[in-house]
Amino acid sequence: MSTPAGPLTITIQTGSTVSIHRQIVEQVCAAVFAGRIGDDEPLPSVRALAEQLVVNPNTVARAYGELTREGVLESRAGKGMFVSQRRQIYSARERARRMEQAVSSLVSEGFMLGFTPAEIVELVAAKTRHGASSKNTKQSLKSGAR
Amino acid sequence: MTSAAIEANGLTAYFGTRKVVDELTMSVPRGSVFAFLGRNGSGKTTTIRMLLGLLAPTRGSSTVLGYDSRQLPPEARARVGYMSESHSLYEWMTVRQCGDFQSRFYPKWNPRVFDAVIGHFHLDLRAKAGDLSRGERAGLSLAITLAPEPELLVLDDPAIGLDPVARRSLLESMIHVTRGANRTIFFSSHLLDDVERVADYIAILDRSVLRASCSIDTFRASVRKFALHYGDAGAPPPQLPVIRGLLHARRSARDLTLTIATPDDDTRRLLGSLGATVIDEVPVTFDEAMIGYLGDRGDQQFFLKDIDAPQPVGDIA
Repeated sequence: MSTPAGPLTITIQTGSTVSIHRQIVEQVCAAVFAGRIGDDEPLPSVRALAEQLVVNPNTVARAYGELTREGVLESRAGKGMFVSQRRQIYSARERARRMEQAVSSLVSEGFMLGFTPAEIVELVAAKTRHGASSKNTKQSLKSGAR
Repeated sequence: MTSAAIEANGLTAYFGTRKVVDELTMSVPRGSVFAFLGRNGSGKTTTIRMLLGLLAPTRGSSTVLGYDSRQLPPEARARVGYMSESHSLYEWMTVRQCGDFQSRFYPKWNPRVFDAVIGHFHLDLRAKAGDLSRGERAGLSLAITLAPEPELLVLDDPAIGLDPVARRSLLESMIHVTRGANRTIFFSSHLLDDVERVADYIAILDRSVLRASCSIDTFRASVRKFALHYGDAGAPPPQLPVIRGLLHARRSARDLTLTIATPDDDTRRLLGSLGATVIDEVPVTFDEAMIGYLGDRGDQQFFLKDIDAPQPVGDIA
């Protein structure tokens, strides 16, 4: 088994309930938001990552495509894929709308599962504390304020 | 001209009075890695032999790279690489000699590809073919099949009998092939983990009948599992109503687990009427979905498809 070099370590599990495409998307997202990929550091090419993970290159290409559409990665002409510098691809109103949607689905799911409002707030607070400890989240908050 | 690498149109084969392949119609897109799945004896090898013109169909027709399978001209054959289940090699030749010997039949033989596959399988070029293990023989066969850089690669159960390391080498070699633009790989397999890794599309042959031909994602999204929990109050109904697409049902004292293909709102309403206190939708793995699909008692009328069916072939260039 070869150990992939660099900070992006993706582990693929077959026989999982999560598709390989989704595993790649989630693990790249996690690495980006934990600040494990530098701003000027290219991600492996589709071909290189496919060969490293021993998965179909089309699966990697689709994962990168999705991450690009979501504004996590950006493609720089001739240089490859990088962590997106302008993390905000939506207008202020669109951002607010998406956040509102995410929060209301979270809250209604929480109520449905029998959590109290205080418990939901506590869970969200714990999650955000955990996320804010990494450098990239701070950066993206800064660039969001610009 | 067709854009598909392989098209089958009502392909049917009888051995005596036994129907081995029943009206098989499917299309393998160019540039795809396509896995051909099904239990032993479901008709996979017979289908492959008909596609390659090695066996005449009783009825129906097929094309390979746009050519009628029954009359493949030599130039079309040269663009197709085929590895059968049995690896026939000259036992007295060394690995190197096997490569050199085969290379003379192919004007487009690429020694770098041969060496890369030999390297993936860690083969010694000086070893005699007759002394190789099962996995090493498969590696040498694969190197010989891949070196002419065929546009279409047809592998009949290439992983059979391989140990985990050789299996990984096989997958690496298959991914290596996709470096070339528009290369198509059509392979049969029982190893669902490997299929999940490398395949874009799957077709499922079940007792001579094609039951699915779609992308892996479509397949995974279509097969769903529901767990119906019955609290202290009740138990699952002794008799299930007819549930369209029901593939598998498992019951215990307090639970009923149903695997269902493409459930819709009607299905969910029907499940809601079965008296369970809680209904959970449970995630399904690829192999669970496949085993549910090929189970003995499920709804066998079910057909999943997201690739356009081939148009009847009128004129062949």
